[in-house]
Amino acid sequence: MTKTVYIGSGAGFAGDRLDAAIPVVETLRTCDGPRYLIFEVMGERTLAIAQRIKMRNPDKGYSPYLDEYLRGVLKACKENSVRIVSNLGNANPLGGAKRVHELAAELGIENLRVACVHGDDLLTFMDADEIGALPTIEGLEITGKEIVAANAYIGARPVADALALDVDVVLVGRTTDAALVLGPLIHEFGWGEDELDLLAQGTLCGHLLECGGQVTGGYFCDPGFKDVPGMDNLGFPIGEITANGSIVITKAANTGGLVSRATVIEQMLYEVHDPANYLTPDVTLDITGVTLAEDGENRIRLEGAKGKAPPETLKVTVSADGGWLGEAEMIYAGPNALARAELAADIVTKRCRKNGITDDIRVDIVGTSAVFDNDASDRRRGDNRPLDGEFRLRTAIRTMNKADAKYVNDEVLSLFCSGPAGGGGYRCNVMGQVNTASVLVPRETVETHCGASEVKP
Amino acid sequence: MSETVTVPLHAVAHGRAGDKGNRSNISVVPYLPETFPFLVDQVTEKRVLNLFRHKGASAVERYVLQNLPAINLVIDDALEGGVNSALNQDLHGKTLSFLLLGELTVDVPVDCIPIGSRYRA
Repeated sequence: MTKTVYIGSGAGFAGDRLDAAIPVVETLRTCDGPRYLIFEVMGERTLAIAQRIKMRNPDKGYSPYLDEYLRGVLKACKENSVRIVSNLGNANPLGGAKRVHELAAELGIENLRVACVHGDDLLTFMDADEIGALPTIEGLEITGKEIVAANAYIGARPVADALALDVDVVLVGRTTDAALVLGPLIHEFGWGEDELDLLAQGTLCGHLLECGGQVTGGYFCDPGFKDVPGMDNLGFPIGEITANGSIVITKAANTGGLVSRATVIEQMLYEVHDPANYLTPDVTLDITGVTLAEDGENRIRLEGAKGKAPPETLKVTVSADGGWLGEAEMIYAGPNALARAELAADIVTKRCRKNGITDDIRVDIVGTSAVFDNDASDRRRGDNRPLDGEFRLRTAIRTMNKADAKYVNDEVLSLFCSGPAGGGGYRCNVMGQVNTASVLVPRETVETHCGASEVKP
Repeated sequence: MSETVTVPLHAVAHGRAGDKGNRSNISVVPYLPETFPFLVDQVTEKRVLNLFRHKGASAVERYVLQNLPAINLVIDDALEGGVNSALNQDLHGKTLSFLLLGELTVDVPVDCIPIGSRYRA
């Protein structure tokens, strides 16, 4: 009988539902074949913040969510041979692996084996000048800035190497998200580097699973147009993959959500640019020949992804200090509310300029489609909407000077006694920012440092 | 062929926006496959660029996927700097799929609008 590999997703971003993995594991334990659970919890910003934490404490810098995501499922996974593959390692997979052992001891789990993948962190083998000299393809100019983090998107091979160590849990740092799925498939099926169409199908499966509920009706539902049942109990996805690369996307049993052609197509194109050339370290994916077929309730079968050789370079996300983002809000309601909000906007802008704030300040009025507008509010100024209603003033500034961010917020606060009538609901925030750039590094520069090793308690 | 009506794209298609740097991609997926030729005709690079020009958009690349069917739109410089430097509340431009769906109109036969849709009333 043909082997089927089952891979479920427990999280699609750092901040995803903490209990989503539980029904996924409940379903996986009934599946007849190798089973895996992935957690994708790393963004560019998350990684930079984790690097800063690691600089202060070398034992930390793994995901601050590690305990929360794993506590509810680690024992059930160990007992049911569901292997966990996750980038919960963030900036410190080794530290994360040690923490998994501590958690296992707390939960009374015996003989848990954990491995970590290393080699993505350029700061461990390149100096800042070398990194700063790499060609930028996207984002801010980084030359001359203090680099907080520089991590290459490594591929699925080191993940497969880690699984070959016969461990229960694999923690990685910066791999491609799809590698969390392709790694187990390479391990199970032995797909070689030249089996490009198989690698393409595996990468497509990874792309569909990596955002968790985004393929099962999450971030999809539009009431009356695209209805999804049971969103409060959204079932996270499970991929079923066979050696010939055939994929079925389905979801955990006894949950809400929906797997349909429409949910799968939206996720398939999510953050894809040229659909014939989606670059990954393992394969260049072409989805222009992929076909979808209904294969029972909440089951979509996908075939036809094509693979071409991967690029000679790897993408690296470089992060630098981005200063501060200050935001403040005040709400106006009832008759003439828009006129009062407009006056408030004018007062704040004039006072900030008069008092030496030189960075750009954006002033939105929420309730006027502010997110569709631009920094100059051209759309709002051009429309003639009714003045009555509910409108929320919102200011934003980016600055390297934290005091300036606080100053703008305080000008909004002062509207209470010195602004237009009837303002309320003041809120403010000043948040540290990370700026990122994407640069390219030759594969061999990174790959000689990539590998996997078991971490003992 | 049923009567032709002018409706927002939202009446006949759905989509999702994603970001990479200062570049947005928005998928456009018809509810009914027979609508797709109308979308290919009318959801043009030029019309899409005009919708996002006020944000600084500089170019649109359109990819037509007959196999799904769906259109993928890649809009350069649409995100006011993107997550690094935008002052917009929505740093990633996640809401922009609904700017496109709500403000780009298409001329389609009534039958392209799913039965039960409020756009058929």
